[in-house]
Amino acid sequence: MIWDASLLWQFDLLILPMVIICAIAALSLKDLVSCAVVSGAFSFLMCLLWTEMLAVDVAFTEAAVGAGVSTVLLLGTALHIKRKSKD
Amino acid sequence: MKKAAIIITAILGILLLRAAEDLPKWGDPASPASLYVSNHYIEKSIEETSVPNIVTSVLADYRGYDTMFETVVIFCAGITVLTILRRTHRRNKKVIMPRPVRSDADIILQSASRLLVPVMQLFALYVVAHGHHSPGGGFQGGVILGASMILLAISYDIQFALTRFKEKTVLVFSAVGVLIYAGIGAICLVLGRNFLAYGAWAETLGISEVEAHSHGMLGVEVGVAITVFCIMLSLYIDLASGGDLDEGL
Repeated sequence: MIWDASLLWQFDLLILPMVIICAIAALSLKDLVSCAVVSGAFSFLMCLLWTEMLAVDVAFTEAAVGAGVSTVLLLGTALHIKRKSKD
Repeated sequence: MKKAAIIITAILGILLLRAAEDLPKWGDPASPASLYVSNHYIEKSIEETSVPNIVTSVLADYRGYDTMFETVVIFCAGITVLTILRRTHRRNKKVIMPRPVRSDADIILQSASRLLVPVMQLFALYVVAHGHHSPGGGFQGGVILGASMILLAISYDIQFALTRFKEKTVLVFSAVGVLIYAGIGAICLVLGRNFLAYGAWAETLGISEVEAHSHGMLGVEVGVAITVFCIMLSLYIDLASGGDLDEGL
Protein backbone atom coordinates (compact mmCIF):
# COMPACT_ATOMS: atom_id res chain seq x y z
CA MET A 1 0.00 0.00 0.00
CA ILE A 2 1.26 3.45 -0.86
CA TRP A 3 0.93 5.61 2.21
CA ASP A 4 -0.61 9.01 1.90
CA ALA A 5 0.24 11.25 4.81
CA SER A 6 -2.77 13.41 4.13
CA LEU A 7 -4.98 10.51 5.24
CA LEU A 8 -4.19 11.44 8.78
CA TRP A 9 -4.37 15.21 8.71
CA GLN A 10 -6.74 15.15 11.72
CA PHE A 11 -4.02 13.34 13.61
CA ASP A 12 -1.52 16.00 12.55
CA LEU A 13 -3.90 18.74 13.59
CA LEU A 14 -4.13 17.19 17.03
CA ILE A 15 -0.45 16.46 17.62
CA LEU A 16 1.44 19.33 15.98
CA PRO A 17 -0.06 22.12 18.18
CA MET A 18 0.65 20.01 21.25
CA VAL A 19 4.26 19.52 20.12
CA ILE A 20 4.68 23.28 19.76
CA ILE A 21 3.01 23.99 23.12
CA CYS A 22 5.26 21.42 24.84
CA ALA A 23 8.38 22.84 23.20
CA ILE A 24 7.56 26.42 24.28
CA ALA A 25 6.54 25.28 27.76
CA ALA A 26 9.76 23.30 28.21
CA LEU A 27 11.75 26.43 27.41
CA SER A 28 9.73 28.95 29.39
CA LEU A 29 8.88 27.10 32.62
CA LYS A 30 10.80 28.28 35.67
CA ASP A 31 10.81 24.96 37.56
CA LEU A 32 13.46 22.66 36.14
CA VAL A 33 11.66 19.49 37.25
CA SER A 34 8.54 20.49 35.32
CA CYS A 35 10.81 21.30 32.35
CA ALA A 36 12.12 17.74 32.44
CA VAL A 37 8.63 16.26 32.58
CA VAL A 38 7.36 18.49 29.75
CA SER A 39 10.33 17.59 27.55
CA GLY A 40 9.42 13.94 28.19
CA ALA A 41 5.90 14.69 26.95
CA PHE A 42 7.42 16.43 23.92
CA SER A 43 9.42 13.28 23.12
CA PHE A 44 6.32 11.14 23.41
CA LEU A 45 4.39 13.36 20.99
CA MET A 46 7.31 13.27 18.56
CA CYS A 47 7.20 9.48 18.87
CA LEU A 48 3.54 9.57 17.76
CA LEU A 49 4.51 11.75 14.79
CA TRP A 50 7.28 9.35 13.72
CA THR A 51 4.80 6.47 13.92
CA GLU A 52 2.39 8.39 11.73
CA MET A 53 5.16 8.87 9.16
CA LEU A 54 5.76 5.08 9.29
CA ALA A 55 9.28 5.56 10.67
CA VAL A 56 8.60 2.91 13.28
CA ASP A 57 12.25 2.29 14.16
CA VAL A 58 12.79 5.98 14.85
CA ALA A 59 9.57 6.11 16.85
CA PHE A 60 10.72 3.18 18.94
CA THR A 61 14.05 4.85 19.64
CA GLU A 62 12.33 8.12 20.49
CA ALA A 63 9.99 6.35 22.93
CA ALA A 64 12.79 4.41 24.62
CA VAL A 65 15.53 7.04 24.68
CA GLY A 66 13.70 10.38 24.48
CA ALA A 67 10.58 9.76 26.54
CA GLY A 68 12.09 7.10 28.79
CA VAL A 69 15.68 7.31 29.86
CA SER A 70 16.56 10.92 29.05
CA THR A 71 13.60 12.19 31.09
CA VAL A 72 14.87 10.17 34.05
CA LEU A 73 18.40 11.49 33.56
CA LEU A 74 17.14 15.09 33.32
CA LEU A 75 15.02 14.60 36.45
CA GLY A 76 17.94 13.08 38.32
CA THR A 77 20.08 16.07 37.41
CA ALA A 78 17.37 18.69 38.05
CA LEU A 79 16.75 17.40 41.57
CA HIS A 80 20.41 17.93 42.43
CA ILE A 81 20.88 21.49 41.19
CA LYS A 82 18.88 24.58 42.06
CA ARG A 83 15.32 23.86 41.03
CA LYS A 84 14.44 27.38 39.93
CA SER A 85 15.80 28.66 36.66
CA LYS A 86 16.82 32.33 36.70
CA ASP A 87 15.68 33.41 33.24
CA MET B 1 19.36 40.48 26.10
CA LYS B 2 16.20 38.42 26.23
CA LYS B 3 14.55 40.57 23.56
CA ALA B 4 17.57 40.16 21.30
CA ALA B 5 17.38 36.39 21.75
CA ILE B 6 13.71 36.35 20.80
CA ILE B 7 14.34 38.48 17.70
CA ILE B 8 17.23 36.27 16.56
CA THR B 9 15.14 33.13 17.12
CA ALA B 10 12.22 34.60 15.19
CA ILE B 11 14.44 35.58 12.23
CA LEU B 12 16.06 32.14 12.17
CA GLY B 13 12.64 30.50 12.38
CA ILE B 14 11.30 32.49 9.42
CA LEU B 15 14.43 31.66 7.39
CA LEU B 16 14.10 27.95 8.20
CA LEU B 17 10.40 27.94 7.28
CA ARG B 18 11.21 29.62 3.95
CA ALA B 19 13.92 27.03 3.33
CA ALA B 20 11.56 24.20 4.25
CA GLU B 21 9.35 25.12 1.29
CA ASP B 22 12.16 24.08 -1.07
CA LEU B 23 12.59 20.64 0.50
CA PRO B 24 11.40 17.70 -1.64
CA LYS B 25 7.86 16.54 -0.92
CA TRP B 26 7.44 13.92 1.76
CA GLY B 27 7.93 10.45 0.24
CA ASP B 28 8.86 11.86 -3.17
CA PRO B 29 10.56 9.05 -5.18
CA ALA B 30 12.54 11.62 -7.20
CA SER B 31 14.08 13.36 -4.18
CA PRO B 32 17.89 13.22 -3.97
CA ALA B 33 17.76 11.07 -0.82
CA SER B 34 15.98 8.22 -2.60
CA LEU B 35 17.88 8.35 -5.91
CA TYR B 36 21.33 6.91 -5.24
CA VAL B 37 22.10 4.12 -2.75
CA SER B 38 18.61 3.79 -1.24
CA ASN B 39 17.32 1.80 -4.19
CA HIS B 40 20.11 -0.72 -3.80
CA TYR B 41 19.27 -1.18 -0.11
CA ILE B 42 15.56 -1.55 -0.76
CA GLU B 43 15.92 -4.01 -3.63
CA LYS B 44 18.94 -6.05 -2.55
CA SER B 45 18.66 -6.10 1.25
CA ILE B 46 16.81 -9.42 1.56
CA GLU B 47 18.89 -11.00 -1.20
CA GLU B 48 22.22 -9.99 0.32
CA THR B 49 21.54 -10.21 4.04
CA SER B 50 18.26 -12.17 4.49
CA VAL B 51 17.09 -9.49 6.92
CA PRO B 52 13.51 -8.24 6.34
CA ASN B 53 13.94 -5.05 8.38
CA ILE B 54 15.92 -2.84 6.01
CA VAL B 55 16.60 -0.28 8.75
CA THR B 56 18.54 -2.89 10.73
CA SER B 57 20.42 -4.15 7.69
CA VAL B 58 21.48 -0.62 6.75
CA LEU B 59 22.49 0.26 10.32
CA ALA B 60 24.30 -2.92 11.25
CA ASP B 61 25.61 -4.14 7.91
CA TYR B 62 25.87 -1.59 5.10
CA ARG B 63 26.71 1.19 7.56
CA GLY B 64 28.18 -1.05 10.26
CA TYR B 65 31.31 1.07 10.60
CA ASP B 66 29.20 4.14 11.55
CA THR B 67 27.19 2.18 14.08
CA MET B 68 30.36 0.89 15.71
CA PHE B 69 31.54 4.41 16.40
CA GLU B 70 28.07 5.43 17.59
CA THR B 71 28.48 2.74 20.21
CA VAL B 72 31.93 4.11 21.02
CA VAL B 73 30.40 7.60 21.40
CA ILE B 74 27.91 6.27 23.97
CA PHE B 75 30.74 4.48 25.74
CA CYS B 76 32.83 7.67 25.85
CA ALA B 77 29.85 9.71 27.12
CA GLY B 78 29.35 7.27 29.98
CA ILE B 79 33.04 7.29 30.86
CA THR B 80 33.09 11.11 30.81
CA VAL B 81 30.15 11.42 33.20
CA LEU B 82 31.79 8.85 35.45
CA THR B 83 35.10 10.73 35.43
CA ILE B 84 33.47 14.04 36.33
CA LEU B 85 30.95 12.92 38.94
CA ARG B 86 32.15 9.74 40.61
CA ARG B 87 33.47 10.20 44.13
CA THR B 88 35.88 7.71 45.67
CA HIS B 89 37.87 7.83 48.87
CA ARG B 90 40.68 9.48 46.92
CA ARG B 91 38.46 12.03 45.17
CA ASN B 92 36.23 13.58 47.77
CA LYS B 93 35.16 16.80 46.10
CA LYS B 94 31.46 16.60 45.42
CA VAL B 95 30.51 18.26 42.12
CA ILE B 96 26.76 18.07 42.71
CA MET B 97 25.29 19.43 45.95
CA PRO B 98 23.67 16.89 48.34
CA ARG B 99 19.90 16.73 48.74
CA PRO B 100 17.73 15.54 51.61
CA VAL B 101 17.45 11.76 51.48
CA ARG B 102 14.03 10.19 51.06
CA SER B 103 13.64 7.91 54.06
CA ASP B 104 10.34 6.08 53.67
CA ALA B 105 9.80 3.24 51.20
CA ASP B 106 6.72 3.36 48.97
CA ILE B 107 5.10 -0.09 49.07
CA ILE B 108 2.84 0.51 46.03
CA LEU B 109 5.74 1.68 43.89
CA GLN B 110 7.89 -1.25 44.99
CA SER B 111 5.24 -3.91 44.34
CA ALA B 112 4.39 -2.44 40.94
CA SER B 113 8.01 -2.26 39.86
CA ARG B 114 8.62 -5.83 41.05
CA LEU B 115 5.88 -6.95 38.64
CA LEU B 116 7.01 -4.67 35.85
CA VAL B 117 10.76 -5.26 35.80
CA PRO B 118 10.77 -8.92 34.62
CA VAL B 119 8.34 -8.10 31.82
CA MET B 120 10.47 -5.14 30.73
CA GLN B 121 13.64 -7.23 30.71
CA LEU B 122 12.04 -10.05 28.73
CA PHE B 123 10.66 -7.54 26.23
CA ALA B 124 14.08 -5.90 25.95
CA LEU B 125 15.69 -9.24 25.11
CA TYR B 126 12.98 -9.82 22.50
CA VAL B 127 13.63 -6.39 20.99
CA VAL B 128 17.36 -7.15 20.72
CA ALA B 129 16.94 -10.65 19.34
CA HIS B 130 14.08 -9.81 16.97
CA GLY B 131 15.52 -6.54 15.67
CA HIS B 132 16.02 -8.06 12.22
CA HIS B 133 12.38 -8.85 11.67
CA SER B 134 10.54 -6.10 13.51
CA PRO B 135 11.38 -2.55 14.63
CA GLY B 136 14.00 -2.51 17.32
CA GLY B 137 17.57 -3.60 17.74
CA GLY B 138 20.51 -3.19 20.02
CA PHE B 139 20.06 0.46 20.97
CA GLN B 140 16.38 0.22 21.84
CA GLY B 141 16.72 -3.12 23.60
CA GLY B 142 19.69 -1.90 25.60
CA VAL B 143 17.86 1.25 26.64
CA ILE B 144 14.79 -0.72 27.77
CA LEU B 145 17.04 -3.11 29.70
CA GLY B 146 18.74 -0.10 31.31
CA ALA B 147 15.36 1.47 32.07
CA SER B 148 14.28 -1.66 33.94
CA MET B 149 17.32 -1.44 36.20
CA ILE B 150 16.76 2.32 36.63
CA LEU B 151 13.16 1.56 37.69
CA LEU B 152 14.53 -0.78 40.36
CA ALA B 153 16.96 1.90 41.48
CA ILE B 154 14.18 4.51 41.69
CA SER B 155 11.55 2.44 43.49
CA TYR B 156 13.95 0.84 45.96
CA ASP B 157 17.27 2.64 46.10
CA ILE B 158 20.51 2.65 44.18
CA GLN B 159 22.17 0.16 46.51
CA PHE B 160 19.34 -2.31 45.87
CA ALA B 161 20.01 -2.21 42.14
CA LEU B 162 23.77 -2.31 42.65
CA THR B 163 23.63 -5.49 44.74
CA ARG B 164 22.15 -7.17 41.68
CA PHE B 165 24.60 -5.60 39.26
CA LYS B 166 27.83 -4.34 40.81
CA GLU B 167 29.34 -1.08 39.60
CA LYS B 168 32.51 -2.86 38.54
CA THR B 169 30.52 -5.36 36.47
CA VAL B 170 28.60 -2.53 34.84
CA LEU B 171 31.80 -0.78 33.78
CA VAL B 172 33.53 -3.96 32.58
CA PHE B 173 30.51 -4.97 30.51
CA SER B 174 30.16 -1.53 28.93
CA ALA B 175 33.62 -2.11 27.48
CA VAL B 176 32.84 -5.75 26.63
CA GLY B 177 29.94 -4.64 24.39
CA VAL B 178 32.20 -2.42 22.28
CA LEU B 179 34.78 -5.22 22.19
CA ILE B 180 32.17 -7.71 20.91
CA TYR B 181 31.28 -5.34 18.10
CA ALA B 182 34.87 -4.55 17.13
CA GLY B 183 35.88 -8.19 17.67
CA ILE B 184 33.30 -9.54 15.24
CA GLY B 185 34.62 -7.04 12.68
CA ALA B 186 38.27 -7.83 13.42
CA ILE B 187 37.72 -11.59 13.05
CA CYS B 188 36.37 -10.87 9.56
CA LEU B 189 39.76 -9.24 8.89
CA VAL B 190 41.57 -12.33 10.20
CA LEU B 191 39.42 -14.56 7.97
CA GLY B 192 40.61 -12.61 4.94
CA ARG B 193 37.79 -10.15 4.27
CA ASN B 194 37.19 -6.48 4.96
CA PHE B 195 36.48 -5.14 8.44
CA LEU B 196 32.86 -5.97 9.42
CA ALA B 197 32.25 -7.99 6.21
CA TYR B 198 30.20 -10.64 7.99
CA GLY B 199 30.29 -12.97 4.95
CA ALA B 200 33.68 -14.13 6.21
CA TRP B 201 31.96 -16.05 9.01
CA ALA B 202 30.18 -18.38 6.58
CA GLU B 203 32.75 -21.19 6.55
CA THR B 204 33.46 -21.08 10.29
CA LEU B 205 29.76 -21.29 11.19
CA GLY B 206 28.91 -23.71 8.38
CA ILE B 207 26.16 -21.53 6.86
CA SER B 208 25.70 -19.62 3.63
CA GLU B 209 27.21 -16.15 3.26
CA VAL B 210 23.79 -14.50 3.28
CA GLU B 211 22.90 -16.13 6.59
CA ALA B 212 26.31 -15.18 7.94
CA HIS B 213 25.38 -11.53 7.35
CA SER B 214 22.20 -12.01 9.37
CA HIS B 215 24.04 -13.78 12.20
CA GLY B 216 26.83 -11.21 12.19
CA MET B 217 24.25 -8.46 12.62
CA LEU B 218 22.72 -10.30 15.56
CA GLY B 219 26.13 -10.57 17.24
CA VAL B 220 26.81 -6.90 16.66
CA GLU B 221 23.40 -5.90 18.04
CA VAL B 222 24.07 -7.90 21.19
CA GLY B 223 27.31 -5.97 21.65
CA VAL B 224 25.50 -2.64 21.20
CA ALA B 225 22.79 -3.69 23.65
CA ILE B 226 25.31 -4.64 26.36
CA THR B 227 27.16 -1.33 26.06
CA VAL B 228 24.01 0.80 25.97
CA PHE B 229 22.46 -1.04 28.94
CA CYS B 230 25.56 -0.63 31.12
CA ILE B 231 26.16 2.99 30.17
CA MET B 232 22.51 3.97 30.82
CA LEU B 233 22.66 2.36 34.27
CA SER B 234 26.02 3.97 35.02
CA LEU B 235 24.79 7.41 33.86
CA TYR B 236 21.74 7.14 36.10
CA ILE B 237 23.50 6.01 39.25
CA ASP B 238 26.14 8.71 38.93
CA LEU B 239 23.73 11.54 38.09
CA ALA B 240 21.05 10.62 40.65
CA SER B 241 23.40 10.10 43.56
CA GLY B 242 25.84 12.88 42.75
CA GLY B 243 28.68 10.36 42.51
CA ASP B 244 28.30 8.67 45.90
CA LEU B 245 26.11 5.75 44.81
CA ASP B 246 24.39 5.83 48.20
CA GLU B 247 20.97 7.44 47.80
CA GLY B 248 18.37 7.33 45.06
CA LEU B 249 16.01 9.94 43.72
